[in-house]
Amino acid sequence: MSLLHWAILSPFLLAIIIPILYKSFRRVHTGWFVLVLPLLLFVYFIRKIPEISNGSIIHETLQWIPSLGINFEVIVDGLSLLFALLITGIGSLVVLYSIFYLSKDKEKLHNFYVYLLLFMGAMLGVVLSDNLIVLYMFWEFTSLSSFLLIGYWYHRERSRYGAQKSMLITVFGGLSMLGGIVLLYVMGGTFSIRELIGQADILISHPLFLSAMLLVLLGAFTKSAQFPFHIWLPDAMEAPTPVSAYLHSATMVKAGIYLVARLSPVFAESGTWLWLVGGIGLLTLIWGSFSAVRQTDLKGILAYSTISQLGLIMSLLGVGAAALHYPGLDDNIYIAATIAAVFHLINHATFKGSLFMVVGIVDHETGTRDIRKLGGLMSLMPITFTIALIGTFSMAGLPPFNGFLSKEMFFTGMLSVLSLDIFNLQTWSMLFPVIAWIASVFTFTYSMIIFFKTFTGKLQPEKLDRKPHEAPIGMLIPPIILALLVITFGLFPNILSDTLIKPAASAILGDVLPADYGVHISFWHGFTPELMMTIGVVLLGIILYKTWPKWKPVYNVFPEKLSFNSLYDNSLRLMEKGSFRIAKFFMTGFIRNYLVYAFLFFIISLGITLYWKDALTVSVSNVAPIRFYEVILAIIIALGAISILFVKSRLTSIIILGSVGYTVSLFFVLFRAPDLALTQLVVETISTALFLLCFYHLPKKFRKEERLTFKLTNFMISLGVGIIVTLIALSAHSTKLKESISKFYIDKTYTEAGGENMVNVILVDYRGLDTMFEITVLGIAALGIYAMIKLRLTKKGGKNANENK
Amino acid sequence: MEILMAVVIGILFTCAVYLMLSKSILRIIVGTGLLSHGAHLLILTMGGLKRGAVPLLGEHAKSYVDPLPQALILTAIVISFGVTSYFLVLAYRAYQELGTDNMDLLRGNESNE
Repeated sequence: MSLLHWAILSPFLLAIIIPILYKSFRRVHTGWFVLVLPLLLFVYFIRKIPEISNGSIIHETLQWIPSLGINFEVIVDGLSLLFALLITGIGSLVVLYSIFYLSKDKEKLHNFYVYLLLFMGAMLGVVLSDNLIVLYMFWEFTSLSSFLLIGYWYHRERSRYGAQKSMLITVFGGLSMLGGIVLLYVMGGTFSIRELIGQADILISHPLFLSAMLLVLLGAFTKSAQFPFHIWLPDAMEAPTPVSAYLHSATMVKAGIYLVARLSPVFAESGTWLWLVGGIGLLTLIWGSFSAVRQTDLKGILAYSTISQLGLIMSLLGVGAAALHYPGLDDNIYIAATIAAVFHLINHATFKGSLFMVVGIVDHETGTRDIRKLGGLMSLMPITFTIALIGTFSMAGLPPFNGFLSKEMFFTGMLSVLSLDIFNLQTWSMLFPVIAWIASVFTFTYSMIIFFKTFTGKLQPEKLDRKPHEAPIGMLIPPIILALLVITFGLFPNILSDTLIKPAASAILGDVLPADYGVHISFWHGFTPELMMTIGVVLLGIILYKTWPKWKPVYNVFPEKLSFNSLYDNSLRLMEKGSFRIAKFFMTGFIRNYLVYAFLFFIISLGITLYWKDALTVSVSNVAPIRFYEVILAIIIALGAISILFVKSRLTSIIILGSVGYTVSLFFVLFRAPDLALTQLVVETISTALFLLCFYHLPKKFRKEERLTFKLTNFMISLGVGIIVTLIALSAHSTKLKESISKFYIDKTYTEAGGENMVNVILVDYRGLDTMFEITVLGIAALGIYAMIKLRLTKKGGKNANENK
Repeated sequence: MEILMAVVIGILFTCAVYLMLSKSILRIIVGTGLLSHGAHLLILTMGGLKRGAVPLLGEHAKSYVDPLPQALILTAIVISFGVTSYFLVLAYRAYQELGTDNMDLLRGNESNE
């Protein structure tokens, strides 16, 4: 076990002792104990940067289930390292923030930190695993811990609803992904991602390729809240704000992005991948930014904003995949798209994390997150205001923040689609930059709404629960650090280019990226179309923001009933109602109905088998001759059985049953079975006596004799059963396959067992075990009857219980 | 003879199933009684009804009837007797406790669903 394995497992180990620390040191906020670990891990991963940026890859293996090809294989390359740094870095800041956000007296802190550590370990496992099954295991761990964190305030109904919704959607995607992983294993014979990448050109021609791709993408899209699976993310905002900042902006929702980036070399040679990832990404981008403007809750806006930014990264990854798909083209423009995706991934984690923390501060200090109640906080909370300014302007894509750079690169990537001549349809590729541009306008608008509606305008103290003031310094440090990063990456983007971005891009693109490719992000790149687009975004965005109250009713055009949320709610309700109705329909509670199902199944399955297999044969070659006495008995038994159905009195039917039993024993006499005849006579006598006992004790009021009413369905079913039994008996008898083994018994009964009665010798000697257990059956029946008659435990109500004692 | 027996067994099964689909417990038990008679006769018939002596070696016959199905039926008779008597006492207790023999009324009410 290497240090890297310990690094992944350490959060799980710490999670075990957190409750003990919480119980033993009640004075200290438990978060301080937790904080140490992500900091250590962050330093550990930082120290890997020089090695990774030289192009080397760290690879460690721990045997787990080698016979199934499942090993805990850990790999660190540029992409994994980037994610690991995000997870541990933002993880440390979020833990620090949560120490000041969550009260140590009112909250169940041990639960919170256990869940958070589980999540952190799981997320590290996802990004560092090379084995797909191990990756899937950690993937479901993130779903699980996210479920626990969203439902942290479990006494709130909305929290439980949001937790359930995110669980259902992400687990649905996770299971689809498992299907895709299994298909990949079927195709490539390995769970290792590196080995799968090695045989990418063979996999693409495999018939299962497309299904595997779609299933894996389903997993990635649900996790990363892509259209139309984005609906869980806004409801996940019921979680505590540190959780939203960590899981639902910086880390977990990027797991799907990670998966797409990681598996791009496997799938991207197919054009379908390019169009699916790029298209869905763009759709998510525009839908998310369009819906964000509508929200009035700050976290709601941020949730939709996260959705749209994830769509942006996803669409860039899709376009970047073109580099792998069309080797003949001028590759560099598509490589640029991948680099833009990686760069925006970092940028989004920084500014979105800080914005969530800002919203948490506003919520914490004013008691509300509703932008209709907020306003004029600028002078009261100057530090928060500054951080929000940096975050929102970066999100809107304004210079000098990092969002501006990645937005320019995004436009470059989208414009490069224009030179992609895939279906000879220039109009289709034209959609990419146009949609991207419109979405950016909306992004600008909602960023301005977050900023100006919260911090400028008039303060409305009467609508606020408490008097707003600046947050404690501990709560401000994490967003300050993130905001500083936003500015640093904005002014000096090239400190990232060779350390993180190029290794990550080369992990995504593999050999396509030339070794001497220099990543250079320039702040000023001349009067390019991208710059014009940005100017257009700003101008139109300002107009939209100014006229916002006037065009806001546009959103009411779409009825709430047609939204994806109500589609989800309704389908969930319909499924529950439907399954209840189905169960109610056939689980009637009447024994007769269940018997009808059983008999119908018997008739249909055996009838169809007889018919299809041509098994129905009747041969008379092997039959015994018909004799007079047996015919008489057969007529008696048949008439007896039929007459039971018609007699009115139950007493008569009992007596007829007895007569049928005696006739059976007469059959035994005729067919040379003396032991059977004896037993049958005795047993029939006792059973009839028992029947009479039962009859005698029939309750008086139900004793009115009724003839069995004729029911056609019952008759048809019973006739069907009888016919099937007859047909099977005839067919079975007509096809004798092997001789009976009875000759052995006839020969050996005397010589081996010393008896002359063959039946008895078989019963007690050759097959004595049967007899032993048949005795046991009788014993159990006798004990059971005794217990039934004697034990009176379940009487309800004291009166009756005493009577029977 | 086997063909005739197969038809008789079919009739026994038909009547048994019809009785089992009725409402009264007593008729259901009568139905199971008929069903076991049918099954026992079926085993005997399928073993072959060829002529031969009673399976006792003292007969010194050239051929005997097959002893194996007889042993099987004997076991089956005893077991079905045990089950039937248990079932009957169960029905008797149900009459005593619940005061009905109507299967539809024994279904239970909405509150304990």
